[in-house]
Amino acid sequence: MRGFWRNFCRNRGAVVGLVILLLVIATAIAAPWLYPGSPWDMAGMPFAPPGEMGMMLGTDSLGRDVAAGIAHGARVSLLVGAVSTVVALVIGIGLGAIAGYLGGLADDLVMRFTEFFQTIPSFVLAILLVAIFTPTIGSIVFAIAVVSWPPVARVVRAEFLSLRSREFVQASEVLGKSRISIVFGDILPNALSPIVVLSSLMVASAILLESALSFLGLGDPNMMSWGFLIGSGRSVIRMAWWMSVFPGIAIFLTVLSLNLVGEGLSDALNPRLARNRGGKA
Amino acid sequence: MAVSRRGLMATAAALPFLMRAEDALAQGIQPKRGGTLASIVNPEPPILHVGINNQAPTLIVGGKIFQGLLRYDPQLKPMPELAKSWEISPDGLEYTFHLQENVKFHDGKPMTADDVVFSIMKFHMEVSPRARGVFARIKDGVAVNPTTAKFVLSEPFEPFILMFDNTVSAIVPKHLFDGQDYRQAPAVQKPIGTGPFKFAEWQRGNFIRLERFEEYWKPGQPYLDAIIYRVVPDSQSRRLALESGQVQLTQSNDIEPFDVPQMRARPNLEVKTTGWEYMGPLMWMDFNHRVKPLDDVRVRRAMTMAVNRDFIAQRLWFGIGKPATGPFHSATRFYDASAKAPAYNVEAAKKLLDEAGLKPNAQGVRFTIKHLSLPYGEVFTRLGEFLRQSFRQVGVDLQLESVDVGTWSQRTANWEFDTTINYLYQYGDPTLGVERSYVSTNIKKILFSNVAGYENPKVDELFKQARDAADPKVRQQAFSEVQKILVEDVPLLWLMEMSFPTIYDKKLNNVITSGSGVHASFDDVFMA
Repeated sequence: MRGFWRNFCRNRGAVVGLVILLLVIATAIAAPWLYPGSPWDMAGMPFAPPGEMGMMLGTDSLGRDVAAGIAHGARVSLLVGAVSTVVALVIGIGLGAIAGYLGGLADDLVMRFTEFFQTIPSFVLAILLVAIFTPTIGSIVFAIAVVSWPPVARVVRAEFLSLRSREFVQASEVLGKSRISIVFGDILPNALSPIVVLSSLMVASAILLESALSFLGLGDPNMMSWGFLIGSGRSVIRMAWWMSVFPGIAIFLTVLSLNLVGEGLSDALNPRLARNRGGKA
Repeated sequence: MAVSRRGLMATAAALPFLMRAEDALAQGIQPKRGGTLASIVNPEPPILHVGINNQAPTLIVGGKIFQGLLRYDPQLKPMPELAKSWEISPDGLEYTFHLQENVKFHDGKPMTADDVVFSIMKFHMEVSPRARGVFARIKDGVAVNPTTAKFVLSEPFEPFILMFDNTVSAIVPKHLFDGQDYRQAPAVQKPIGTGPFKFAEWQRGNFIRLERFEEYWKPGQPYLDAIIYRVVPDSQSRRLALESGQVQLTQSNDIEPFDVPQMRARPNLEVKTTGWEYMGPLMWMDFNHRVKPLDDVRVRRAMTMAVNRDFIAQRLWFGIGKPATGPFHSATRFYDASAKAPAYNVEAAKKLLDEAGLKPNAQGVRFTIKHLSLPYGEVFTRLGEFLRQSFRQVGVDLQLESVDVGTWSQRTANWEFDTTINYLYQYGDPTLGVERSYVSTNIKKILFSNVAGYENPKVDELFKQARDAADPKVRQQAFSEVQKILVEDVPLLWLMEMSFPTIYDKKLNNVITSGSGVHASFDDVFMA
């Protein structure tokens, strides 16, 4: 564990990313105390510029506080990012493990199925799914998960293919362990590091996807998210730039920090690889 | 500095007089021949025949090609168009129209009373559901002579005179339709009317071009050489086209409400919200009376009091609409200003809900209802959010559901909603456009019927009285009474008298001269 941290901290960008990410998470957790009440409440005059009327980041077309929207929106955006990633991981690991461990016909079937999903443009599919199931937080998480599991399945399959012929797996087989316990007890723990790295990037892309959906008006109409803030500010951007700029910065920082952390994790989990790249600090 | 400011104020004070002088001048100005007007039509109409298709884009473009017997001023008084005069018999049964002379269709054939009788009695009876409802009351229609048409009603129907605008009953050439399937006839795709402009060219997805009709019946008119309607699907591109002068006129939903304040600020552009009096669109929130507790009048009154209608008109629609006062649009005939829906008052609303036995729970919520948002774009999304917050402050939890247009129409028509938003045209007369939303005989699973399910025998009776009476005084009495009952019962939550901005280059004159604004024929529009 100490080695992991040392390797992680060697990548300075990753540390910065982690700090930003923790700040965002702290804001999300503290939102109800920082901005009590609903972010939908009309708190002041419509279109108040930042700094005026006690509104740090200004108000929107209905006089709602943009800062409150960003703080409460952080909860929705992070929640959607995390939950949809977990769902995608469950699907992806399940299918990838079956394909990689069993091989043969099962592998063929699962991989063709995966490729089928990969050939459909993911964002279009997500829009379609949300439109069909009407926009609610559940249907959005489901749609994002459905379009983001294929890379997980492929990575997991590749790992399983290489690991299942190793001696320690063969030893377990000779010992008579069940297939399930080999998959979950022996192979999966050794395949975790690429999955961890991948999932941090997936959270970032899920946040972007949710924002894009909300921007198009396909967000949950009862949830304040960053994409919704940008979408509602887009049409009046010449009149009130602050309505879209600040939530945009929030998305940018969060996605950037998740990417940096992902890179740091990759370095920390594959120290040799990182050093081969020239010991990038 | 002080002097210059005083000077400025003096100028500002003098401005109204200057404007009036200018207006007078504009009316006296010798209209100038020539010039091509570029405008926008959005969305692109499917066809240009105003009889076959009644949607706004078709009516706006086709309104230049077709004319009706009459047009209506902003107070909805009939004015001559293809009929130069008309008489109504004292018993309200006989309507005689004397037609203009030398009127020709675009194919050169003269227009006669035969065409008028054919258009009213056959063509519109067949193709237009709205006209059919009224024209079915005509017992007999005859061409007395080539310039006189007479219609005899089976019973008096006072709003009959409001049915002769080019948006309802345009005069079509009998010789191109008679004996054919009206919807499939070649003259549908190549529209032939009597209007000042004839159809010239249509590049689908690009533009529609109308050309001056040389044999138009008003000598020297129209003044413009041509009108081009460009198809521009994106609202920001439309705004740019107007700002850059590529088009000189936009109407209807072309410019989004939030862009209107900037257009008002431009010195070369004129922004008008008049010209919709004949349509009289009124927006409201439907309560589904089959859903508890919305069947309780106290709840409906409380919810009405919870909504600040001024905010909606001023902040969401940027002053383009007016707060609604009741079931009648204020431009609709027989509007009674003394009947007013409950005013905005949050405390009174809370008290009323307490009285109705709806106590708030630990979260401050008295009851939860689902709101089907009207999917007509951003402003309506904001409206849903605004209503949710408004109701939340009196303890009513409104859950928004967003759906696409098809789903909205289907669910609204099938009564599958708690509350939703809608707006309906009132067509100048309450019998034509208001009655349908309140009488129990019109509780149907059809869009734009009484989908809320409001039932009140007294209201039914009064609307019937007003419908059957020939005397406007009797009708006024019935309508005043019905308005008083409705504002007590609040079967719907009336929100706003809608209007749509008409924005044009100040070089253009006479753009809006009637109660139907840009739907008019434009034979008097000229560029100074």
